[in-house]
Amino acid sequence: MLIKQVPDIEKVRFDVETGRVDRSSAPAETNPFDLNALETAVRLKEKLGGRVTVISMGPPQAESSLRDALARGADRAILLTDKRFAGADTLATSYTLATAIRKLGSFDLIVCGEKTVDGDTGQVGPEVAEHLGIPHVAYVCEVREVSEDRILVVSDMGDKYLFEVTLPALITVTKDINTPRIPTLRDVLKARRAKVEVWDADSLAGYGETCRFGLQGSMTLVTRITIPSEEGRRGIIFRGEDAVERLIEALRKEGFIP
Amino acid sequence: MSTSAKGGVLVYAEHENGVIHPVSFELLGKGREIADRLGVELWSVLLGHRVKRQAEELVYYGADRVFLYDHPTLEVFDVVRYKHVLVKLVRETEPLVFLVGATPLGRSLAPRVAAALNTGLTADCIDLQVDKDGELIQIRPAFTGNILAHIKTRSRPIMATVRYRVMKAPKRDTSRRGVVVEKRPGEALETGLRFLGKVSARRVNLADADVIVAGGRGLKRKEDLKLLEELASLLGGVLGVSRPLVDEGWISKDYQVGFSGNTVKPRLYVACGISGSPQHLAGMRGSDVIVAINIDPSAPIFRVADYGVVGDLYEVVPKLIEALKRIKGGSVDG
Ligand SMILES: Cc1cc2nc3c(=O)[nH]c(=O)nc-3n(C[C@H](O)[C@H](O)[C@H](O)COP(=O)(O)OP(=O)(O)OC[C@H]3O[C@@H](n4cnc5c(N)ncnc54)[C@H](O)[C@@H]3O)c2cc1C
Ligand SMILES: Nc1ncnc2c1ncn2[C@@H]1O[C@H](COP(=O)(O)O)[C@@H](O)[C@H]1O
Repeated sequence: MLIKQVPDIEKVRFDVETGRVDRSSAPAETNPFDLNALETAVRLKEKLGGRVTVISMGPPQAESSLRDALARGADRAILLTDKRFAGADTLATSYTLATAIRKLGSFDLIVCGEKTVDGDTGQVGPEVAEHLGIPHVAYVCEVREVSEDRILVVSDMGDKYLFEVTLPALITVTKDINTPRIPTLRDVLKARRAKVEVWDADSLAGYGETCRFGLQGSMTLVTRITIPSEEGRRGIIFRGEDAVERLIEALRKEGFIP
Repeated sequence: MSTSAKGGVLVYAEHENGVIHPVSFELLGKGREIADRLGVELWSVLLGHRVKRQAEELVYYGADRVFLYDHPTLEVFDVVRYKHVLVKLVRETEPLVFLVGATPLGRSLAPRVAAALNTGLTADCIDLQVDKDGELIQIRPAFTGNILAHIKTRSRPIMATVRYRVMKAPKRDTSRRGVVVEKRPGEALETGLRFLGKVSARRVNLADADVIVAGGRGLKRKEDLKLLEELASLLGGVLGVSRPLVDEGWISKDYQVGFSGNTVKPRLYVACGISGSPQHLAGMRGSDVIVAINIDPSAPIFRVADYGVVGDLYEVVPKLIEALKRIKGGSVDG
């Protein structure tokens, strides 16, 4: 199960001058979609046994998201943190995560969120699957059946489709698949004492090429950020008695009403 | 037309049962522009079974060369099998740019191809520009649409998925001529994926809608959605909603607009009792004309609106309906 810690999107500030996102301007939280992914994994474990391992790549602070995942039912947590992982685009991120999974050894199913609220690409999941050479299904909104070697899932691609996938496999899940549980106080306290393993780039050396991590392994570069401009918007506000008439007039001018 | 069979701009032609997704035509339009700027050919690739006729269509919309993989093993979309074919094609032909529609299918397929090729991929672009140095700048929303990131790619091909309805499709020109290159997909290896059929069809396709009238938490009861539905149908459009109404169980998710729902780009978007959260804006900011009806003059939705009415939707919407009915009635009478 892969989770990412993200800034609270309602509070985070952007510096257009320097083209930087000031992550320290907002409290961090677990990517909302990843809570659905975690819930999916924990429910499968509760039904079928097995263990849920959570992996996150990020700065040392991301440990708190992993601890929260332990409180929500994960059994093992691994934080990939190293300066050499920094500056990664989706290609380098997915490669690093896949390398860590290879180091982990065997697994049946990898569950990811549909996308992150910051990177907002939805690419990391399918890219991890490709690096590992396993099949994937994206936009899973329902897990119908699971057996030892296969899983039956519904994928929401506008219309909904049923797929059977041979394990090991990867799925990315939508927010509609479940409602994540709230951890109990007891679980939170227990997770506080639990161990979060920390892996750096060197510890992955035997499982992948370290030159494909971080900035070095990234093929895309953000050259600039801008704030979406509402300049083209007219911003005409009507109030009072004749507001509706004036709106109708405006819609007529725009050609929406004869 | 240059004769080089290397280094073109490649557009993935998405289709369902032989019906080409309009985003593919839009990409051919943009692809033509980029190819001309770079002085290379425009290519398209089509995978499926009994889709030969569609290959010509792609030429009519601007492709110089269409790589056609028409084979029974490609009849249904299998992300792994399709990936194999595309990776092989890219290795053979070495396109400079490879564009895919940012549809659910495209967003599942493109990352696999990019990872296999170890190349950069930019998701969900809303603009592509060739700068003065001949570099492709890809512009995409990030941080739930709060910012626009301008992105360059240092590997080849430059890959991007591009949103539906942000580019203009060229005019269909049946006099255009191009080359259709018939290709073989190679051996169909076991992929571990088995498509078992469609479970359900969406109730509404908001992505295609020209007019959307959307309701939010300003609505007091589920029944009041009917009011907005009536307004929508008078404007020739369909109903949309903000997420809380879906969470309440009032309506199917198919109608949800926003970050975890549909991205829409109608000509007219009317937001009724919607505050304008970043997650909602992320799904509708690109609409041509935005109208907001909200009781709270400080609601953020007004900041993206072309026209706003500060008022109670329960007064404003019925008045609008009445006025529109009068206009319609009038036009019928002559
Ligand atoms: C990960 C994540 C994904 C999300 N995805 C989405 C998404 O895809 N789509 C989405 O919409 N939201 C999404 N949300 C939720 C989003 O954050 C907001 O909670 C939601 O958009 C608010 O909906 P609203 O504007 O209808 O409600 P509110 O924010 O409660 O706004 C209601 C508005 O109605 C106005 N109003 C009240 N009464 C009246 C009246 N009588 N007449 C006129 N106006 C009235 C109020 O002034 C207010 O502005 C997501 C949240 C998260 C965390
Ligand atoms: N740094 C990361 N560490 C762990 N998992 C990640 C990371 N980035 C992305 N993911 C996973 O990939 C999914 C899609 O992310 P994205 O492609 O950034 O939208 C997320 O929902 C996570 O499950």
